[in-house]
Amino acid sequence: MASHPLDGHPAHLEHHFVSSEQQFDAAKMGMWLFLITEILLFSGMFVLYTVYRSWHPEVFALVSEVLDWRMGGFNTLVLLASSFTVALGIHYAQKNDNRKLIINLVLTLIFALIFLVVKYFEYTGKFAHGIYPGAAFDPHGIVDGLDYAKYNVPYAAQFFSIYFVMTGIHAFHVIVGIGVFIWITLRASRGEFSAAYYTPVELTGLYWHLVDIIWIFLFPLLYLI
Amino acid sequence: MSATAQDASINFLNYDKSLKSWLFTKDHKRIGLMYLVAVSIAFLAGGILALLVRLELLGPGETIMGPDQYNQSFTLHAVLMVFAFIIPAVPAVFGNFVLPLQLGAKDVAFPKLNLASFYIYLIGVVIAMSALLVGRIDGGWTFYAPYSERVGDSILYVTTGVFVMGFSSILTGLNFIVTVHKMRAPGLTWNRLPLFVWSIYATAIVQVLATPVIGITMVLLFLERFLSIGIFDPALGGDPVLFQHFFWFYSHPAVYIMILPAFGIVSDLIGTFSRHRVSGYLFVALSSVAIAFLGFLVWGHHMFVSGQSATSSIVFSLLTYLIGIPTGVKVLNWVTTLYKGSISYKTPMLYALMFLFTFSIGGFTGVMVGVLGIDIHLHDTYFVVAHFHYVMMGGSVIAGLGALHYWWPKMTGRMYNERLGKIAATLVFFGFNLTFFPQFIMGSRGMPRRYYDYLPEFQQMHQLSTYGSWVLGVGLFMILGYLLMSLKTGKKAPSNPWGALTLEWTHTTPLPHPHNFTQTPVVVRGPYDYHLVPEMFENAAEDGSVKSVHDVSQPAS
Repeated sequence: MASHPLDGHPAHLEHHFVSSEQQFDAAKMGMWLFLITEILLFSGMFVLYTVYRSWHPEVFALVSEVLDWRMGGFNTLVLLASSFTVALGIHYAQKNDNRKLIINLVLTLIFALIFLVVKYFEYTGKFAHGIYPGAAFDPHGIVDGLDYAKYNVPYAAQFFSIYFVMTGIHAFHVIVGIGVFIWITLRASRGEFSAAYYTPVELTGLYWHLVDIIWIFLFPLLYLI
Repeated sequence: MSATAQDASINFLNYDKSLKSWLFTKDHKRIGLMYLVAVSIAFLAGGILALLVRLELLGPGETIMGPDQYNQSFTLHAVLMVFAFIIPAVPAVFGNFVLPLQLGAKDVAFPKLNLASFYIYLIGVVIAMSALLVGRIDGGWTFYAPYSERVGDSILYVTTGVFVMGFSSILTGLNFIVTVHKMRAPGLTWNRLPLFVWSIYATAIVQVLATPVIGITMVLLFLERFLSIGIFDPALGGDPVLFQHFFWFYSHPAVYIMILPAFGIVSDLIGTFSRHRVSGYLFVALSSVAIAFLGFLVWGHHMFVSGQSATSSIVFSLLTYLIGIPTGVKVLNWVTTLYKGSISYKTPMLYALMFLFTFSIGGFTGVMVGVLGIDIHLHDTYFVVAHFHYVMMGGSVIAGLGALHYWWPKMTGRMYNERLGKIAATLVFFGFNLTFFPQFIMGSRGMPRRYYDYLPEFQQMHQLSTYGSWVLGVGLFMILGYLLMSLKTGKKAPSNPWGALTLEWTHTTPLPHPHNFTQTPVVVRGPYDYHLVPEMFENAAEDGSVKSVHDVSQPAS
């Protein structure tokens, strides 16, 4: 018979769970399932990429030159670093070190913001030369002796549609992540997390790793090959 | 709040009757009932539209509405029935209400998320229906590009609504999977789970894995409309068949979201009302999972004439046949369960038996349209319309009606009128078959689906179908009437009127507040082990009360 933990009932334990372990396990499993739905959401777009790439490989090879691999590579490093700091944050939460938890959360937030700033410059750089998704696609202008007009080939617009949709939805996930990190940092500053209860930190970390991993796939597919 | 000393007269329905306590409840039972009200309204609206569509088809030419209104009516009927009614209906209503009880759990794993998914569903329905205020919605529920992108902005409200309702579906599925994994009572092993739980579990897997794909499809459709991203529209360099692949990758598995819970209901009903262990328990349980898995591999059978390659059509056709195997396993096991059972023909059981007939017809005709050569002939005819109504209405809705009658005493604490129940069930059975069987015949003779007008030689069949819809309508309105009446005048329900063995019935009626189980139950036997407890049913016939399974002496083993 399961005992009812009325005495010494921890504040974070919800009424319908028997134990903190059960609650933690359930929350973690729920998060993994959510991540699976995210992967499926993105896999729809990866299928789109694969289909159009296999139909028009030469167009994809030509127009992917427009994307600056240095900016994309820098952003990859930024996201990898942020994944590292969030993992450290979980580690310090487990060690009951609230100060270091907060430091790492704030660092993660800063990295996420840097990623968005770089993305902003990438996007506006493209827009300045008429590189828009879909029907508005109208490349023009000359940079460093490179005439953008040469990218005005059939199905180049599809490449940039896919580029903007995929990176745009990814960036949306980064923005959501920033919101969640602000909330988690505030809770951490109120001292809500400890070795006994750090579920929200762990789950946010899982989410953030997913955002990172999706970028790890986006970067080579769009920028490099 | 202490759960030890509960007042027996306080239950989840009456502990607080304010509207606020309902709207902000995190109790899975109340959320289930709110879903019941919401999907019933959607069903009523969609049903009235169906009656109007049938009425229009009573004669060739204009009968009660013009072609434009006709197109809008059947589109709205389909959108309401598919997205607002049948996808949430069984999982969200009965899954919410029954699943935690059958698991011996106090609630689902994430009660707040559960309430959130209810409101997300409502918001989705409101967005979709606001299309009516903006303009006409046309093009059917499949939103095929590029037509859906050119027909006007109002269809975008519908697709956005579908996108939002998808979140609700995902969150419900996610919640149920975690609940089944983590919230089972001690002793409730996987092979002691009621088959309803198994089927909800399989459904939830489909909900979680398929729904994100329709989400991204709707986003792409939206972007294509506003930014002309040129993915689906051939005028912009896109590919319309790609849209169909994306759409059916969700929407075929979605068919199993609709039908799998019905399988679970029928298993429970047949086991309970034939007082017999469901034969081939493990096969019935795992065939749900097999159907969920295979359901992801057959979407191309909707596109045999859409211009996909002949090779992929052959592969999809073969995979479609495979679905018939786990489905056949189920039907045969239900029939063997009846064999040598002590069958009692209560209303829920009538629906379960009805299901065996109507669903089998729907299933067999499904294999027929999966045959490439036959499909070329039957594609986009009334044959297909009849097939999926036999599966969706003859399968899901009829099983859902069985479930509604079966769990009504547990949900409301009242008994419905058994005599009226049987009359209505008979009307539904005959009305349903009269409505849809003629559609098989006219479909096989070439009557195309969705057409506003038809040749005079089809009139007889169309008339039969329309008359059938009236009988069906009378039956369904009768059910609505006597169920609502039972809330006022129905007899107080005993805790286990059917003598069932699953955990929700061995609990008091109505269920207590704040927790389902004052004592966590310990499960010592399977869900249909009637042969172990004959003494439970000795006095079940007279006053409807049976001893709790926990009062029964343990069998020596």
